[in-house]
Amino acid sequence: MSATATPDAPAFVAKTKGGRITNFVDERVGGSGILREFGRKVFPDHWSFMFGEVALYSFVILLLSGTFLTFFFDPSMAETRYAGSYMPLKNVEMSVAYSSSLNISFDVRGGLFMRQVHHWSALLFVASVSVHMLRVFFTGAFRKPREMNWVVGGVLLILSMAAGFTGYSLPDDLLSGNGLRIIDGVIKSIPVIGTYISFFLFGGEFPGTAIIGRLYMLHILLVPALILLMIVMHLFMVVVHKHTQYPGPGRNDGNVVGYPLGPVYAAKAGGFFFIVFGVIALMAGFFTINPIWNYGPYDPSPVSAGTQPDWYIGFVDGALRLMPGIIGDWKVEQIWFGHVFTFNVLLPALVPAGIIFTVLFTYPWIERWITKDNREHHVLDRPRNAPTRTAIGMAGFVWYCVMWAAAGSDLIATHFHVSLNDVTYWLRALFFIGPVIAFVVTKRIALALQRKDREIALHGRETGRIVRLPHGEFIEVHAPLDEYKRYKLVGFESPSPLPAEPNANGVVDSKEKRRAKLSQWFFEDRVAPATPAELAAAHGHHGEHEAIESGENQKTLSH
Amino acid sequence: MGNHSDGSPNHSGTVATAGQNEVEKFQDPGIPPHRLRLADTDPKAAKRAERQVALLFGSSVVGTLIFLVAYFAIDLGDDTSIATIRLQNALLGIGTAFAMLGIGTGIVHWAKALMPDHEVSEERHAIRTEEDRLAAVRIVDDIVEETGIKRRPLIRNTLLGAVALAPLPALAVFGDLGPRPDNTLAHTMWAPQDGKLKRLTRDPDGTPIKASDVTIGSAFHVIPEGLNELHEGKLNEKAKAVVLLMRLNPESLNPSPGRENWGYNGIVAYSKICTHVGCPVALYEQQTHHLLCPCHQSTFDLTQECKVIFGPASRPLPQLPIAVDSEGYLVATSDFNEPVGPSYWERDEHERNRNA
Repeated sequence: MSATATPDAPAFVAKTKGGRITNFVDERVGGSGILREFGRKVFPDHWSFMFGEVALYSFVILLLSGTFLTFFFDPSMAETRYAGSYMPLKNVEMSVAYSSSLNISFDVRGGLFMRQVHHWSALLFVASVSVHMLRVFFTGAFRKPREMNWVVGGVLLILSMAAGFTGYSLPDDLLSGNGLRIIDGVIKSIPVIGTYISFFLFGGEFPGTAIIGRLYMLHILLVPALILLMIVMHLFMVVVHKHTQYPGPGRNDGNVVGYPLGPVYAAKAGGFFFIVFGVIALMAGFFTINPIWNYGPYDPSPVSAGTQPDWYIGFVDGALRLMPGIIGDWKVEQIWFGHVFTFNVLLPALVPAGIIFTVLFTYPWIERWITKDNREHHVLDRPRNAPTRTAIGMAGFVWYCVMWAAAGSDLIATHFHVSLNDVTYWLRALFFIGPVIAFVVTKRIALALQRKDREIALHGRETGRIVRLPHGEFIEVHAPLDEYKRYKLVGFESPSPLPAEPNANGVVDSKEKRRAKLSQWFFEDRVAPATPAELAAAHGHHGEHEAIESGENQKTLSH
Repeated sequence: MGNHSDGSPNHSGTVATAGQNEVEKFQDPGIPPHRLRLADTDPKAAKRAERQVALLFGSSVVGTLIFLVAYFAIDLGDDTSIATIRLQNALLGIGTAFAMLGIGTGIVHWAKALMPDHEVSEERHAIRTEEDRLAAVRIVDDIVEETGIKRRPLIRNTLLGAVALAPLPALAVFGDLGPRPDNTLAHTMWAPQDGKLKRLTRDPDGTPIKASDVTIGSAFHVIPEGLNELHEGKLNEKAKAVVLLMRLNPESLNPSPGRENWGYNGIVAYSKICTHVGCPVALYEQQTHHLLCPCHQSTFDLTQECKVIFGPASRPLPQLPIAVDSEGYLVATSDFNEPVGPSYWERDEHERNRNA
């Protein structure tokens, strides 16, 4: 579309300065097509869409602050004696990595601030990726056509944890060293190849002198490159699919309702970057994070009580704590055929995380198989309108939280003055029954909320105004909703169970029967959205003869 | 769950497909009418919003200045106190926060109060056209056909074989990331060297411990004699050799057959490396004679030869056999008779070899 001026056509002359610049660039590199496509592209707006933005922005801040840190950090594990300005550690033997981390904190101007910005944004990065995924799950945004983007998001979650963990270990302080010690123990529990992996990773016996340099390379090159690649894929697919939108009047699977990218959406999103940066700066300025100078250099002998990993590793650490090593007199660690099967480490380290990520990655396909719903969805579900999915999500969330809480079992015990053993026993019980309780309670709450929606849609909103009728009866006046608000409450799908259907050969196979059973389980408890007939009946029932607004001024439908 | 709580009056129980129930649905009333903001109708309000935005941008300038002042006015030297660093850190934080939040909130306020806030609707287009899809499928088929890979299985199979084997060199290269595991995991510095028994010395200074220094109820963190003098691999050795030394009333100890002489006068030494995943079992509960690992709370009972009584560890802590030398110092009579620390695949084999 670039303006290649033919001899007879007069050259295009833009009237404004902005227009001339656009034209200058376009005549040389093109791109007006892209601008035309995206300059006014409509983006739906909702506060919950912000989590993904927070993730993106904290990653940008991680790159900026991390680059600064690399200028001063030295990932060597060579022994040195500390000669920096932090008195308590003067002349203490330590690795160069730890010493340079101390120098960043105490001798590089603004270094401590940068370290804290980096660590806080790392915590925020994993947190915002996680919350973003919860939002996507509970609103059903992973459904067709976005299944692959959901998988990319899951990979990003794993990568963000990998980035966090490799970075956490770099200062080579006592706390992170013990974290590596635990990783080494977990790796050694892997059958057959565990010892080999441990020796290869650490370049020999733990701790060796290689691991910090290797983690550094992973942390500053490989993992961020993969994250960047995944982010590009993620955003590319967002552009291809266009953003999902919450249900509401005027919104359907065939349109996008929102604000144009330029100027208003771009301004809000761009401005939000600075807000995220500002909030992280505030945290970095006022809340100490990872005070490595208090921990001292890594030494295999000491350890401080109340040690905690960074929050996102907590669920694995908690699972390790919950697993009993002996049950009665029976050792969970078994020796079979002369080899050690360290189930007391292997099971908690691999199984819960394995289950969580397997379900996470496959869930879109599981739900699609159960519901046989192969349509494209661009309008989100309100979580209450998909009670079983919401309940599954909460069950998984509670399961995760039980393990996460277990990583702080000692702190729970000391803060609340209860027995550590009791805390562990309770959490072990909750590990199994917590998700079940969460499932049942969540489903009931979702159904109750749906019924409340029905009630409000049919009978209006409670005004709190009590009126006494001539014959003495007191009633509370209900104000009818306007049609837009009502549509938000009634404009959803409530699928009913889908019985087994014969396949192409006319046979109902056992897989299909299983699917039908799951469909029954998925949809049997359902609250149907209120219908106009019900609304009319409700009004008639009350003997009120108000005009039913919904009948009037109908707008065009896009169905 | 037989109680179907379907509120619809004409729930048919039939198959619900794309269109869902056949009952009549509410019609979509369309996008709600646009509501004007105060700044849209009142020029005064618009002017006020404009000033607010400018003020926010101004506060960002102030933040930048705070940062620069804090950066240059506070110099870090060798004698800088922690309080000064803390102050500088806080000021840098405030400065950056103002600089960033000023810009961010300013832009957002500008967008929300002054830029057009009409919600607009845009059509979604199909991700791809049916025509494109058919063409793409045909192209893929053509490409596969032209390679002839289906007709020439010999080519296909040899290629698959070659590709499957090609990564082996890469694996081999990574195989030299570290030495192959050998039985070093099963040995520690406690093994007597040239017939000389190793003394138990204090962690970290390495001074030897006299049996008479160990009073009942006391506990020592112990490293082997000579550890501090190592030039290489000091941490590796320390990670295996650290020991906890405690003295109990001899009656509280219940040594099993063969271990009666492993302690001295109620003094016993146990590996400090947890048999779970290797954290130091650093907490000694004097009253109950329990050892607790702070990482995952494995608890070992000293009176039962450090048997696991709680937590995720499965094996007791290995005991170090000790005695007293002619000068009254505590010495290890031999190495541990089993590998210390977390379990690993070859551990049982190593243990059997040790005791063979």
